[in-house]
Amino acid sequence: MTSTILQTKHLFKHFDGVKAVDHLSVSFEKGKITSIIGPNGSGKSTLINLLTGLVPLDAGEVIIAHSLHFTRVKSHEVAGFGLTRTFQDVRLFEQLSVLDNILVVLTERGVFASLFETHGTLHLAQAEEVLKKMGLWEKRHSLAINLSYGQRKLLEIARVLAMTRSARTGRAADIIFFDEPFAGLFPEMRKVVVSVMKELRAEGRTQILVEHNMELIRELSDEVVVLDAGELLAQGVPNEVLAKREVIEAYLGE
Amino acid sequence: MEYLTHLAVLVGIYSILALSLNLVLGYAGIISVTHAAFFGLGAYTSAILTTVYDLNFFLAALCGVLVAAIISLFVGTVLSKFRGDFVALGSVGFNVIVWSVFLNVQELTRGPLGIPGIGRPNLEFGIWNYEFSSNVSFLVLSVIFVALVYFLCQFIEKSSFGRALKAIREDEEALQVFGYRTLHYKLAVFVIGAGLASIAGALFASYITFIDPSTFTINESIFLLSVVILGGLASNRGALIGALALVLLPEFLRFVGFPSDIAAQMRQVVYGVMLIVLMLYRPQGLVGEYKL
Repeated sequence: MTSTILQTKHLFKHFDGVKAVDHLSVSFEKGKITSIIGPNGSGKSTLINLLTGLVPLDAGEVIIAHSLHFTRVKSHEVAGFGLTRTFQDVRLFEQLSVLDNILVVLTERGVFASLFETHGTLHLAQAEEVLKKMGLWEKRHSLAINLSYGQRKLLEIARVLAMTRSARTGRAADIIFFDEPFAGLFPEMRKVVVSVMKELRAEGRTQILVEHNMELIRELSDEVVVLDAGELLAQGVPNEVLAKREVIEAYLGE
Repeated sequence: MEYLTHLAVLVGIYSILALSLNLVLGYAGIISVTHAAFFGLGAYTSAILTTVYDLNFFLAALCGVLVAAIISLFVGTVLSKFRGDFVALGSVGFNVIVWSVFLNVQELTRGPLGIPGIGRPNLEFGIWNYEFSSNVSFLVLSVIFVALVYFLCQFIEKSSFGRALKAIREDEEALQVFGYRTLHYKLAVFVIGAGLASIAGALFASYITFIDPSTFTINESIFLLSVVILGGLASNRGALIGALALVLLPEFLRFVGFPSDIAAQMRQVVYGVMLIVLMLYRPQGLVGEYKL
């Protein structure tokens, strides 16, 4: 029994006349890992940016868990819907310590209440758990800017994990977008990320992955969505979709 | 001795200005070139209330805080519509407006003539009445204010609010995705900064006992920026050290012994060169950790 948790209807976005996302209607199943693939410029990252409020929609509708509809969303609201994400171009709080990068997503969001709160032992315990999981606990006092590229990617994933542990925004994150989390990672680091994603699936969380590496896509995905020029080209289980002629053509540019 | 006391009081007043600007610039990363406007609003509000309406200094200073807070809330809202470096430019405009009000609304501010005869603070409890008329007693009062402001800033830095401010400075858009209404945070710190600057204004007016618009120009705002940057952004200790260094440095240069006909100009030149050299070799300021 599957159920749709996130659905878009006729989503539309253009930049200076170029259609980045073109009347895209796609749905994502609860508790699954869905990979979005497609050539460069096919609208994968734009789709994530639209769904997390970083870029405003031109038209269309987003439905979360059948009940919550929106056509306009501000980025500070999406965390309250249980959405969180990583960024393709790693976006950390560079001149903050590794620990502070995690604590900041665990602590109070209200202006007044946050003035009278210092991070408590609960926050610290949660931060310790996610940082240890990503192998960054030893680095907790370094500034994020001083980490290696791979460690920076792992810190972003730790931040997402922290969002799944805390309901400070009204709801712990249960829909997670990973925008190319494996790019530039060493094999050992990839293994860590793969196991984290499998754990998140076991916890019943929905994951949407943008990735180019076919091996990883086959290993992780329950479903694959193929985009081309902002349109939905195919959707289904990996083996079927990846064998389709039009998918191969779109990817190889034949 | 009197001279040293005088310098110490000035260092105290500039410490409050630097600490409050550091909240806005160092922690939240808002490049505000209008801090002197809030300094002036505090000074004028308390000067007018104490001279014309005979209000007690401490109440007048409190009114100054309210005036600065309300106006900064409005200004902050307008500035929040700007992106990036334009915030700095917009804030310059606001400083010019406030300065012209001081200069031209003569019924209230006496314009270029300034407001003379501002009284020193006094405390009254029944028959007991104490006036901070000597410079030494005023110094004690300033030190108390600096300490209070310093502890408030430390409190803010240690809080979750302070951590969120620093994250805003680093990547505001990313922080929003994690559920922060960053506009509220920026407005809150802008208002707190303006309120604290107005306290420095009230102290300044009552210490010098005379104010005129020339103190509250963009030059002053830029001077305050250099105090904070030079001391070290996002460091309260840095703000104190910056105030100490930049208030005292020109005074030390008095004793260098330049030929008297070019002494004033040479002091400015040396002062400027020292600022440039310091920024070249310590871009994070004397004790700061954060680079712009």
